Amino acid sequence: MKMDIEKVARLARLELSEEEKVTFGNQLEQILTYMEQLNRLDTTGVEPTSHAIPVHNVFREDEVKSSFPQEEALAIAPDEERGHFKVPRIIE
Amino acid sequence: MDLHSLTIHQLHDLLVKKEVTSREATEALYRRIKKTEGKIKAYLLLTEEEAFRQADQVDRKIAKGEGIGGLAGVPIGLKDILCTKGIRTTCASKILEGYIPFYDGTVIQKLKKREAVFLGKLNMDEFAMGSSTENSGFHITHNPWDLKRIPGGSSGGSAAAVAADECIAALGTDTGGSIRQPAACCGVVGLKPTYGRVSRYGLVAFASSLDQIGPITKDVEDSAILMDAISGYDPYDSTSVNVEVPDYKRSLKRDAKGIRIGIPEEYFVEGMDPEVERSVKEAIDFFRKWGAEIQRVSLPHTEYAVAIYYIIATAEASSNLARYDGVKYGLRSKGYRDLMEMYAQTRAKGFGKEVKRRIILGTYVLSAGYYEAYYRKASQVRTLMRKDFEEAFQKVDVIVAPTTPTPAFRIGEKTENPLQMYLSDIHTIPVNLAGIPAISIPCGFSHEGLPIGLQIMGKHFDEGMLLRVAYTFEQNTDFHLRKPSLT
Repeated sequence: MKMDIEKVARLARLELSEEEKVTFGNQLEQILTYMEQLNRLDTTGVEPTSHAIPVHNVFREDEVKSSFPQEEALAIAPDEERGHFKVPRIIE
Repeated sequence: MDLHSLTIHQLHDLLVKKEVTSREATEALYRRIKKTEGKIKAYLLLTEEEAFRQADQVDRKIAKGEGIGGLAGVPIGLKDILCTKGIRTTCASKILEGYIPFYDGTVIQKLKKREAVFLGKLNMDEFAMGSSTENSGFHITHNPWDLKRIPGGSSGGSAAAVAADECIAALGTDTGGSIRQPAACCGVVGLKPTYGRVSRYGLVAFASSLDQIGPITKDVEDSAILMDAISGYDPYDSTSVNVEVPDYKRSLKRDAKGIRIGIPEEYFVEGMDPEVERSVKEAIDFFRKWGAEIQRVSLPHTEYAVAIYYIIATAEASSNLARYDGVKYGLRSKGYRDLMEMYAQTRAKGFGKEVKRRIILGTYVLSAGYYEAYYRKASQVRTLMRKDFEEAFQKVDVIVAPTTPTPAFRIGEKTENPLQMYLSDIHTIPVNLAGIPAISIPCGFSHEGLPIGLQIMGKHFDEGMLLRVAYTFEQNTDFHLRKPSLT
């Protein structure tokens, strides 16, 4: 299976160097080939497992509880202003 | 007497008898760390000030004649994937450099309540992705039994520190073998609890349907003590399971009479290391002599474990690691022109090679057009693998197999070939996919003096049975008493 590595990297919001594109491309191709062994199994009608232990929605009363102070959360942010995380302008 | 070489229960006895203080024990550990850490490099951070403050608090209690619990004043190490309030938590990743959590994870809160002393944060593969600790963003950790070899991973710092007596015990985490494989490589005891037994709140997520926190210790009794401390339902982790937690120390019996032990033929394949095979078969003979009933079981989908795992775990990781975007905490790159560049460059700069490789793979298997062929298919085969265990556990109480196909490999041996590295987890991955608990205990040594691990797998929430079987073996053998010479 050939992977369009540039497209996948874009989806993952990850910049890759030219060298990384080549090495990862080769290594991932080898790994994907290995994974093709799963196709030997007929899984028609088999339910997929996303959790090994049955999990259910957990409900609780909608009560007001204390949360982490805003200042503490913002104190470790790379950039902040007036109580918000600050990022480059996204609307022209 | 070397205080650093004590177990949790041995140190507790001395503290209660007032023969040593927690401060003395903590000092002894830091002296030991100073002496051996240059060779091992197990720690990413030492927290001496905080440790002595905790130790003194326990000592004051003892001096006043107050009773103390089994972990009070005991110096332990923490894998650096566990959030500790006010103490740097990096996951061995440059993207989290300088990240100081403002909260404690649930297990940390539980251990603080029991007044354990935290010596520092231990090295690991970046975001727990790896089997050798070579993927740490900061430095490599060395195996105390042979410094040219890997300590296993991803909890390699935890296992190496326990084996080198640089802590009394440690916590690790296990997504595909990351507690058991390093425990086997370093000749110590590592337990991966049932999925949902221990809260994951405050554990930095890698693959949320597989991750569990568990103890790495010098013996089985210590494993039970830590399990008693960290287990239990937590409203802050909706996947933790609200079932009764037994008293694990009471399951420590020197007796395997009538216990049905299954041997999976798929774990003993051609080409396995002959010394590993011999040690594990000797362990099986031991159990037969001690009254266990040995029978063969079949886990026919074992060969697919690595393929399933590296689809599911990378898929979950690609989603979990999307949070590292340079906005809320951790690293932000400089020189970007817009938001997209800020994301992509921050992630390019902050993540190491293996993490990038897995994000790419995980993104790919979830992307439009490939989801059905990879992620859905792997999740279906996961069902078949889970059923293998369900069927086997109708007939037996535990399943016994090697923890790893070989003893610890050499540093650098598998770094250029990720698939070879992934295949070293073949015996540990099925346990995570099925959500069952398993323990690795020392069961022998290779002719080169490298430890060999025995893996005991159990039914969901049956850690007590694992501890009992492990304890029976340990108390009648002396593999756990051997120490590396560290020369």
